Amino acid sequence: MSTIPSISRRNFLKVSAIAGGGMLVGFSMIDKADPARTTDEFTPNAYIKITADGTITLMAPNPEIGQGVKTSLPMIIAEELCVDWQKINVEIAALDAKYGNQVAGGSGSVRGRFEPLRKVGATAKTMLVTAAAQTLNVPAEECHAENGSVVHKPSGRKLSYGSLASKAATLPVPSDFKLKDPKDFKIIGTRVKDIDVKKIITGKPLFGIDTRREGMLFAVVARSPAYGKKLKSFDDTETRKLTGIKQVLQIKNSVAVLATSTWAAKKGRDALSLEWEDAGKLESTADHDAAFLEMLSKKAPDTSRNDGDVEAAMTASHQVLDVTYTTPVVSHAQMEPLNFFADVRDGKAELFGPTQVPGSLRSQVAKELNIAPENISIELPRQGGGFGRKLMPDNGVEAALISAAAKCPVQVQWTREDDMQNDFYRPSAAFRYRASFENGNLLAWHQSSVWLNRGNNSDTYPAGALQNFRAESQGLTTNIPMGYWRAPGHNVLGFAAESFMDEVCHELKKDPVAFRLELMEKAKQQPVGKISYDPDKFKSVIELVAAMSNWGKKQAPGTFLGFSTWFSFNTYVAEVVELKMINGKPRVQKVYCAVNCGKVVNLSGAENQIQGAVVDGIGHAMLTKVTFDKGAVMETNFGNYRFLRMKEAPLDIIVKFVPSEDPPTGLGEPALPPVAAALANALFAATGKRFRKMPFDEA
Amino acid sequence: MTTFKLSVNNKEMSAEADADTPLLWILRDHLNLVGTKYGCGVAQCGACTVHINGKAVRSCLYPVSAVGNNKIVTIEGLSVNGDHPVQQAWEEFDVAQCGYCQSGQIMAAAALLKRNPKPTDTDIDAAMTNICRCGTHVRMRKAIHAAAGKGGTTK
Repeated sequence: MSTIPSISRRNFLKVSAIAGGGMLVGFSMIDKADPARTTDEFTPNAYIKITADGTITLMAPNPEIGQGVKTSLPMIIAEELCVDWQKINVEIAALDAKYGNQVAGGSGSVRGRFEPLRKVGATAKTMLVTAAAQTLNVPAEECHAENGSVVHKPSGRKLSYGSLASKAATLPVPSDFKLKDPKDFKIIGTRVKDIDVKKIITGKPLFGIDTRREGMLFAVVARSPAYGKKLKSFDDTETRKLTGIKQVLQIKNSVAVLATSTWAAKKGRDALSLEWEDAGKLESTADHDAAFLEMLSKKAPDTSRNDGDVEAAMTASHQVLDVTYTTPVVSHAQMEPLNFFADVRDGKAELFGPTQVPGSLRSQVAKELNIAPENISIELPRQGGGFGRKLMPDNGVEAALISAAAKCPVQVQWTREDDMQNDFYRPSAAFRYRASFENGNLLAWHQSSVWLNRGNNSDTYPAGALQNFRAESQGLTTNIPMGYWRAPGHNVLGFAAESFMDEVCHELKKDPVAFRLELMEKAKQQPVGKISYDPDKFKSVIELVAAMSNWGKKQAPGTFLGFSTWFSFNTYVAEVVELKMINGKPRVQKVYCAVNCGKVVNLSGAENQIQGAVVDGIGHAMLTKVTFDKGAVMETNFGNYRFLRMKEAPLDIIVKFVPSEDPPTGLGEPALPPVAAALANALFAATGKRFRKMPFDEA
Repeated sequence: MTTFKLSVNNKEMSAEADADTPLLWILRDHLNLVGTKYGCGVAQCGACTVHINGKAVRSCLYPVSAVGNNKIVTIEGLSVNGDHPVQQAWEEFDVAQCGYCQSGQIMAAAALLKRNPKPTDTDIDAAMTNICRCGTHVRMRKAIHAAAGKGGTTK
């Protein structure tokens, strides 16, 4: 590991004048992972642009994929800058080392940028106050900022930021500035509507798919029909007879058809005569599932946690619970099918489109096309969902290769079928959980899991609360690409673990809420081994959701509740699903969610993320799966890849945040992992039947 | 290739295309009305919903040759100032997350309220069959009830 000079860990702030009068304030977090960045140390980074006419533009540094950061990140700057939210403009930043880590993933945007962006805003405000004090020839202490102006209280004089911008830009960057006391927040913690709301409701061009450029061709690509096959040959005679076809190009293992419209390109693609040959194993879901069960029956080579002696405790007990859960492969299926615009000519690449990782897109394009990274520009539109699919930049790389070969600007559009058949899927998994009991107590807990590609584990509770706890996991090698899907690992671990916990409670005849609180108390008072969670924060959400849902009280006839709780991305969530059986079929009426995620930045956006994660989790638990037959994807569109619709959605989702002044933790993902178990546990309460295999609808 | 004359958002427009071209791609690629979205191409998700003579239609499977004299309204033409009661309610409830499906959802909701000004939850369940991958269903339902309260019909 290389030594990082201490200077590179510091934050640099720099201000510069902009043409026409005004100021730019930048903030750079030098990332030790990117040593090249140290060359930019003193380059100003534009988060704030204030022009002399008073226009204030704030930059949203991370990709907007529906998680709301185009709104919440600028809110943080605006709070400390003391501007009127209604009067600012927001832009999504292009890829630039000045903005640090421009990734949308790991529920990390707000938690990573909360303090840094507060400082960006506070620094600029301090300079504007100084500029005003100098202009009025009064002490800075007599001035304060409010709503985009600096006010000199004793005289009542007021100077707008626009009028101060040029002067502020000439001032030295202060090292001494104050952040607001959170009790004085006027924007952070309020309900703010999505910054693009008016554009969304009127259908303005916001997305990558809406890109239209001079001379641009539309491309649709023929890709392998199955994993394990490669292109042998193709014949484009029929394609070239069609109207609007401009070029047909082989790009690696694919064939791109470029035409004057999307439809013409698609028709051309569909008219290709393609021959594919086997180039690897042709895998099927049935084989994966059989291998999983075989592997689960044996002791796994890897043990990520082993407290006490689980086997001795199992052997000693008369009462052992031994249960298997399974979860299928699923696709990301973000609503906007993949696409990307690329214009690669004369050693330069201009890229525009949906990605969660513009930085790695640039690296890969640079490598593939041998273009210097500084000659590759990447700008980002608003994106029609992410869910982890675009943590892989293959769509952008492919567009760049096609444009380079075609020597013209091109918009590559994936059909839904292309998208579903060329994903980096959520891996399927199988879980075996065992527990042993003695005198009405839980004595030992053993969790073992098998996943496509690689193992995945968690040492959240009940680890730390039990004398005997073992967790192990293993992977099954596959040539089908697996990737990151909203709350990776947690998304199905939460289901298996919290379903099993409900079974344990049932076995012990203990109330599911009371028993979890009991475990938290044990983890707090007599912790066993390392504790990766805060038992008090866990209790805060468990107790809150119990109160919200009238847990333990008499429910209306025909109403059944299920409880679950999970900790991920540093956030604690507890959920109760309330359902009714209507004509023998369950309908979720309400879901109650209690969340401890530190300080909430945008109450409306945060609540929307929680509600969305709950719907996402319920839909995928009930309905959704991808299966493979000899390498081919069987569910290629929404006809048999079933998504939850309004008639299956909860009628209401009630969200409460535990009041907190702690820094923000993750929000886009943590509400998903617990909900499938809460649903399964409610279904058990209603039907007496355990739902251990997703999708539940097939049980 | 044939030239098709179309009435879109109360304007006469024309497009030269193959007769089998879905209305969706005529709108997006020929007429540059990109608010109508492509989601599945098989009339399952409803991202491409437009109004044809006031009724919600999934334009991705609707060939341009079938349009004839029918009047098409897209999200861009639902209201002059973006203030149709459904659009207002969508803004008030801050419905969208990614926003991609919402043009289609708004068009579906506006068509519902036109034929059923006071829909029940059951009516909403039956009529709102579009997919929202982000899971904004609870807010959409509330927004539809709110728009109905304001008289949610096309002006």
